[in-house]
Amino acid sequence: MSKQPTTSGKKQEVETTGHSWDGIEEYNNPLPRWWLWTFYATIVWAVLYTIAYPAWPGIKEATPGLLGWSTRANVAADIAAVEEANAAINERLASVELTAIADDPELNTYAIQAGGAVFRSWCAQCHGSGAAGVQAAGYPNLLDDAWLWGGTIEDIHYTVAHGIRNEDDPDARYSEMPAYGEIFSEEEIVQVVNYVQQMSGQTPNDAAAAEAGAELFEYNCAACHGENGQGDPFQGAPNLTDAIWLYGGDYDTLMTTVTQARFGVMPAMGGAELSEAEIRAVATYVHQLGGGQ
Amino acid sequence: MSNPDHQPAPSLYAAREPIFPKRVSGRFRNLKWIIMILTLGVYYITPWIRWDRGPNLPDQAVLVDLANRRFFFFWIEIWPHEFYFIAGLLIMAGLGLFLFTSALGRVWCGYTCPQTVWTDLFILVERWIEGDRNARLRLHRQEKMDFRKFRLRMTKYATWFLIALATGGAWVFYFTDAPTLLGNLFTLQAHPAAYTTILILTATTFVFGGFAREQICIYACPWPRIQAAMMDEDTITVAYREWRGEPRGKHRKAEGAENLGDCIDCMACVNVCPVGIDIRDGQQLECITCALCIDACDDMMAKIGKPRGLIDYMALSDETAERAGENPRSIWKHILRPRTMLYTALWSLVGIGLIFALFVRPDIEMTVAPVRNPTFVTLSDGSIRNTYDVRLLNKHGEDRPFRMTVAGDPALRIQLEGSPYETVTVPADTTFLQRVYVIAPPSADAANSERTEFRFWVEDITNGERAYTDTIFNGREN
Repeated sequence: MSKQPTTSGKKQEVETTGHSWDGIEEYNNPLPRWWLWTFYATIVWAVLYTIAYPAWPGIKEATPGLLGWSTRANVAADIAAVEEANAAINERLASVELTAIADDPELNTYAIQAGGAVFRSWCAQCHGSGAAGVQAAGYPNLLDDAWLWGGTIEDIHYTVAHGIRNEDDPDARYSEMPAYGEIFSEEEIVQVVNYVQQMSGQTPNDAAAAEAGAELFEYNCAACHGENGQGDPFQGAPNLTDAIWLYGGDYDTLMTTVTQARFGVMPAMGGAELSEAEIRAVATYVHQLGGGQ
Repeated sequence: MSNPDHQPAPSLYAAREPIFPKRVSGRFRNLKWIIMILTLGVYYITPWIRWDRGPNLPDQAVLVDLANRRFFFFWIEIWPHEFYFIAGLLIMAGLGLFLFTSALGRVWCGYTCPQTVWTDLFILVERWIEGDRNARLRLHRQEKMDFRKFRLRMTKYATWFLIALATGGAWVFYFTDAPTLLGNLFTLQAHPAAYTTILILTATTFVFGGFAREQICIYACPWPRIQAAMMDEDTITVAYREWRGEPRGKHRKAEGAENLGDCIDCMACVNVCPVGIDIRDGQQLECITCALCIDACDDMMAKIGKPRGLIDYMALSDETAERAGENPRSIWKHILRPRTMLYTALWSLVGIGLIFALFVRPDIEMTVAPVRNPTFVTLSDGSIRNTYDVRLLNKHGEDRPFRMTVAGDPALRIQLEGSPYETVTVPADTTFLQRVYVIAPPSADAANSERTEFRFWVEDITNGERAYTDTIFNGREN
């Protein structure tokens, strides 16, 4: 092919377009027939496509297309298919004894996986995607071995279903610490705080004040936090002797806590929010994060 | 669109000239039969060889278990992360091909390429049913489709189809348990992928072996173009001794016949050629060096009382030497040259490396992924706990109890999620994910320094085999 000169030879029978660049002319060769028919076919295809599928934009929405195809409907169908596939195991999860879930490997694996998904959608906003809570901000860490309201699977299940101190669920866990700023004098608050510091193994700012705080603690705080400050999970009263502080264990934070009190709220996830199977799944998930009792 | 006055351009494509290879016998033909029996035998029989691996593993000797991501080859089992073994074998196959090509030319093409082997088989069937070259030529030229031609054609196609079906059918047996699949195939219970694969491979075998034949080698296959890079004038290849054969001539008793060469222009070499070339024209792209022309010519030379080897395996440098009246060099001098030695060395190097890797690869493997969300957890007694996702690989055919321990800091304590013990049973031939907690007491150095290195040990308590991984313990933030 390369033996033929570009501008002479047999091909000269074809007309040129009349354009010439530096003596190089352009042939006006006909299009290959296959190319032409392919081009026509794409036009026909495009027209049929816009009729069959959503295509032409309107004021509010595009033309729906004869096939009724839509990505939203596809997603809804996919979700429905997954829910249908999981219906049997969800029913089993919702009906077995809570403590029996861990002994059933299939159910346990499913509950942990499904519970993880529920957790990331509904719980992670406060408790964090890794379930570590927010340190010193009142969002409890779910990985450690300290539980305000109990760490058994039943306790966790109840907490998730009914929440804490919310106004929506009459069965929500409830307790209220009084704000001692309205009850104690400034000096008494300092004494109690010093005593709590001592009790939790810290060195109190003022040893004499701590000693004076012991009696105040016994009459005012021990009813909920226990005589030795070990807390009471039935009242959501935190253990004051361990290394874990929901809001912080330093002097200033303790002063604020005792003066103003704390009132952490968790919404009820039962009822409208989550199904029983989902609540059990997320309870199972939380229970196996490392702190479950 | 097209100009009616324009003269019709000459067709860009020429129709294929049908080739009717004639039957031939001789040393190379016999060698090809033996290789055909061996290669086809290996292909068809291999999936049916059983190999006992215990109750938890498949008992098929060669199995590519895609569903479970395992490759079984007799006593060797390859996991996906050990795919470098397959890559190494492919590199060895490539280097082996280079070696053979540089030493012996297109021996792969001529003797062992599936396209050659199956085409050979298809031509054999064709000859059995329709007769040898002349009978097939007559049948081809007979335009009228009478009953005889129809019967012969249909018998041929049916036999080809059965061979093609067996070819496509055998392929799928490599990917799942062969006896089970065979039963399922007949009861229509096999996976659609199996039927689709069989269908495609049956179609390709039928078309490639029956109709496309040499066109695959000439037009479709890239290998003929690549291999020229491995060949030189020392490569042993099929060639015509032009100095001895020319001038060729049929009429031995005619005047001036004493000036003729040994070639009697009988066309035997052309008639047997499966790619339809004349080897006397010299080296050609189409030639797959199947050596059938050598057999055909030797046969003819014997008949006319001349020495064999007018067409023969030889190095091109020898052709020149012989023409000049010199003696050819020994075949080993051609084969043993730097290029082939280099290929052999590379090939052996990869092979030795693979064998070494095969023997030193561990039976236990472990990967440790520290959980970083959060990096540590404070427990109520002030201890610091880190969490690790540990993946344990049990490459044995039976369940194994693995004990996990930590070393590096005596204060560190280990605890397995969901278990009061330090031992976990990993099922046969699986990867097992175990969440592991490592706890440092409040006063330990590890709890109070930012990072502490330590080592996870995993041990099979039945035989003491061990493996370890080093990782980091995150202490309290300071």
